[in-house]
Amino acid sequence: MKELLELLDKEPALPLNKLAIMLDTPEDELAQTIKRLEDEKIIIKRPAIINWEKAGIDNVTAVIDVKITPQRESGFDFIAERIYRFPEVHSVSLMSGAYDLLVIIQGQTLKEVAQFVSDKLATIDGVISTTTHFMLKKYKEAGVIIEDDEADHRLVITP
Amino acid sequence: MSWSSRISPTVNAIPPSGIRRFFDIAAEMKGVISLGVGEPDFITPWHIRESCIYGLQRGYTSYTSNYGLLELREEISHKFAAEYSVQYNPCSEVLITVGVSEAVDLAMRALLSPGDEVLIPEPSYVSYKACVSLASGIPVPVPTFMKDEFRVTVDQLEKAVTNRTKILLIGYPNNPTGAIMTREDLSAIAAFALKHDLIVISDEIYADLTYENSHTCFASLPGMRDRTIVLNGFSKAYAMTGWRIGYALSNADFIGAMMKIHQYTMLCAPITAQVAAVEALKRGKVNMQKMVNEYNHRRRLMLDGFQHMGLPCFEPKGAFYIFPSIEKTGLTSMQFAEELLKAEKVALVPGDAFGASGEGFVRCSYAASVENLSAALVRIERFVQTKIK
Repeated sequence: MKELLELLDKEPALPLNKLAIMLDTPEDELAQTIKRLEDEKIIIKRPAIINWEKAGIDNVTAVIDVKITPQRESGFDFIAERIYRFPEVHSVSLMSGAYDLLVIIQGQTLKEVAQFVSDKLATIDGVISTTTHFMLKKYKEAGVIIEDDEADHRLVITP
Repeated sequence: MSWSSRISPTVNAIPPSGIRRFFDIAAEMKGVISLGVGEPDFITPWHIRESCIYGLQRGYTSYTSNYGLLELREEISHKFAAEYSVQYNPCSEVLITVGVSEAVDLAMRALLSPGDEVLIPEPSYVSYKACVSLASGIPVPVPTFMKDEFRVTVDQLEKAVTNRTKILLIGYPNNPTGAIMTREDLSAIAAFALKHDLIVISDEIYADLTYENSHTCFASLPGMRDRTIVLNGFSKAYAMTGWRIGYALSNADFIGAMMKIHQYTMLCAPITAQVAAVEALKRGKVNMQKMVNEYNHRRRLMLDGFQHMGLPCFEPKGAFYIFPSIEKTGLTSMQFAEELLKAEKVALVPGDAFGASGEGFVRCSYAASVENLSAALVRIERFVQTKIK
């Protein structure tokens, strides 16, 4: 299974028949395994990694440190849910250290993101404080270097 | 006036590499998908490159011992003890060279007297024959065949051995065929070497790229350690071709003799690359295993591709080459490679570049992205269909 997951991670667009050959597994068996992994949410999604800047589509990303008061019974989970349900929110993680939640928000403009933070996020009961960092440039995403200038310098034919 | 008459007759007699002519054609063309490259498509893992940069910062810019950095020799010695249970004294039985190519040259020059014969199973790496000739030896090709999965057999060796035979030079996993030899296969070769009192030079540069089997180091066979010079390096498994770091392992007499030539002609391998090689051995295994897994996936893809288009092909279990037979097309290896390049812009290497018994085959390297391999297979199939009636 690890081999399959690693291959899908690297080559998410490969068709099933090619995957089956490369993993030396019958196609129907592989299809079943992938279906099971998807059902079990082990494979959650197979997204494309998009360089929005290069596509000319304006995009603002903010990383927000959020301090919250844990709630009786639900701990951090309840407030985390209130936050991650917003579609503007790209990711939410519980952190150890100086703050509790790491929230990543994407919007089209700086204003839109700032407004979301002040109107929606900061006003949630139990949110003690927020510190917003706007992302200036992304170098690497999901293990992929965004503008990789390492080229294949090999000669066409070598012994 | 022609200066060529002034060149040593030995050098003049060596034919130019069969790959060269084809390279000149391929290098001119644009949009070529190359399956003709005998080196990894991976770039050296970053932690290895970074350790070299750090080494430079710390001032590692000097000569090293002629044998190479002791730390590197110790790491190599550990590796062979751990993986193959063969012991080499890092002080006297390990020599760091400028790639395996230099090591082949050193071994030939250290061992051969004029007229000594060297058995070379073919198809084989292109430099073996030339290195033997340059050391005044006589290369004696020993053919291998697809029906034997390109493993060398004692039968064929017995036909070629004479009382002048001094060395058997084997290279498994094999470039260009991708063949491997199992422990059992090698044991038969060991008995042959013992019977004829031969020295065995075993080029194991592709050892770590062995699929669905484990590699047997020739020196690990009973009684073979002192009779064998094992050659290996970092180019293939760690994607470090351009760093030019290889090594030779054998008894102290052989290594001492090779070191003597090395110290006068090379002095030492570059220290920057040796520092990086230490890092590769210490922490490179995880990355290497990832690369090996990827090669294995591509290997299956290629085998399926060639079988699908009806070109007979044995299953290669090592290196990153696949060696299909193109006889069905009615073309020679060179014609096939040239016509394919012109018609479909796919470069691969004609099998006869690796010796006469490679005629009728082509070498395809799968050290290329899955995307390129898939596209190349489509193009090759289209080409083959126009040739097979």
